[in-house]
Amino acid sequence: MRWLENLDRRWIFLAVGVLVLIPLLRPLALPLYVSPPTQGFVNAMDQIPDGSTVLMSCDYDPGAKPELVPMTRTAIRQLWSKHCKVVVTVLWNGGPGLVDQVLREEGRAAHKTYGVDWINLGYKSGNEAVMVLMGQSIPNTFPRDNSGGVTTSYPIMHGVRDYSSFPLLVSISAGYPGTKEYVQQVQGRFHIKMVSGCTAVSAPEYYPYLQSGQLEGLLGGMAGAAEYELARHEKGAATQGMDAQSLAHMFIALCIVLGNVVLWQRRRRGA
Amino acid sequence: MKREVPLFITAAIGLFMILSFFVPHQVVSVPADFLQQSAVIVVAFGYVLGGANVLRVNVDAISKRADGWPYKLMLVAALLTMLIVGLVEGEGFQNEGTRFTWMYNNIYSPMAATMFALLAFFIASAAFRAFRIRTVDAALLAVAALIVMIGRVPIGTALTRFLPEHHRLPDLAEWIMNVPQNAAKRAILIGAALGVMATGLRVILGIERSYLSGED
Repeated sequence: MRWLENLDRRWIFLAVGVLVLIPLLRPLALPLYVSPPTQGFVNAMDQIPDGSTVLMSCDYDPGAKPELVPMTRTAIRQLWSKHCKVVVTVLWNGGPGLVDQVLREEGRAAHKTYGVDWINLGYKSGNEAVMVLMGQSIPNTFPRDNSGGVTTSYPIMHGVRDYSSFPLLVSISAGYPGTKEYVQQVQGRFHIKMVSGCTAVSAPEYYPYLQSGQLEGLLGGMAGAAEYELARHEKGAATQGMDAQSLAHMFIALCIVLGNVVLWQRRRRGA
Repeated sequence: MKREVPLFITAAIGLFMILSFFVPHQVVSVPADFLQQSAVIVVAFGYVLGGANVLRVNVDAISKRADGWPYKLMLVAALLTMLIVGLVEGEGFQNEGTRFTWMYNNIYSPMAATMFALLAFFIASAAFRAFRIRTVDAALLAVAALIVMIGRVPIGTALTRFLPEHHRLPDLAEWIMNVPQNAAKRAILIGAALGVMATGLRVILGIERSYLSGED
């Protein structure tokens, strides 16, 4: 096992690359199951009255694309399957382009009309201040949409005043500002029901909010997105990526074990 | 007066904003909205200042041929290109089919995603070299990490399918997330919230003055 002590890290990089690539080319079809936080998300979305208008805050940028775009797509499809209208905001400055692209693709596939079935209000700087301002008036906070049109001129915005206009807030978040700030600034203050989809790394931070009922459901990373697809009987990008993520996780676990085997060997030799 | 006036403004506005949380009457809510809108505008100006600062620092380094100046040149060129293209495109610069959107979709977006994806390689390398179990605490951390890491992906279900229901790796991972992890996270959240409240009060009462001129 001495070779392990001097292992060139490029071998590790190569192994990660191969382990991620193989299942993407030849899926292993590992079994998935729907965890309670994901089921909570699905149930909360199901309970929205058909045809209502829902607020979706997509607070991420392309760095979180593999984790958060699949759940954004599934969420928007679920909302549209219930004939809901979707008002989208973005509080990350690198995100509006990506979010707009995703929404337009989904809108075209579902034959939904911009300004009638959905609207992208775009990016607004100010983080928590924007969240609180939306509680006073959404058209005043976002006077223009992502494409520069006057927000109030769109039919979808005619009944939208503030958070009380929505039965649910869907926060898809990669960090700050995102779900945590929405819970702290909006959920408790304006009493709006809320669900969250987030990156795997930030999911542990939101578990207390899930347990306290401030969040009705939580999708954690690509695994959460894949479970969501399973619950909706869809097979999207997240389900395809789970095999690769499984093998990568196994390899990282193996790296931790092997790294410690090296440590114990050195200790035994008294090095 | 140079210090007393800012301290008074901070205290008055801080107390007023706390009041606005509890009093929804328009006498309080309208000025509170105005203040919040002002905050949004100030943050937007922060971007202008930030951009100008990036230019100043990097142009200075390029002119002095400092270490890594070619990278700084790339940064300045990219910043100016996006800025100029955005300005030329006008109000609808983020619409489909614009040059700005093309650059965002084909340059910025793949590069940002690539940077994040590289983490997988470095995490694997770091797991091998740095995650050393030297104490009981580290051993507990490693065991919890292994269970959650494998339990959160489908292979965890596949490996423990022979075990009775509710005793498989995903159930164990869910228990770790819901009980020990949640308890620790709650403690951290409550501690941080108390810290934020204490700092806020110190600023409002004028005890914390470091934001004025760097003094304590």
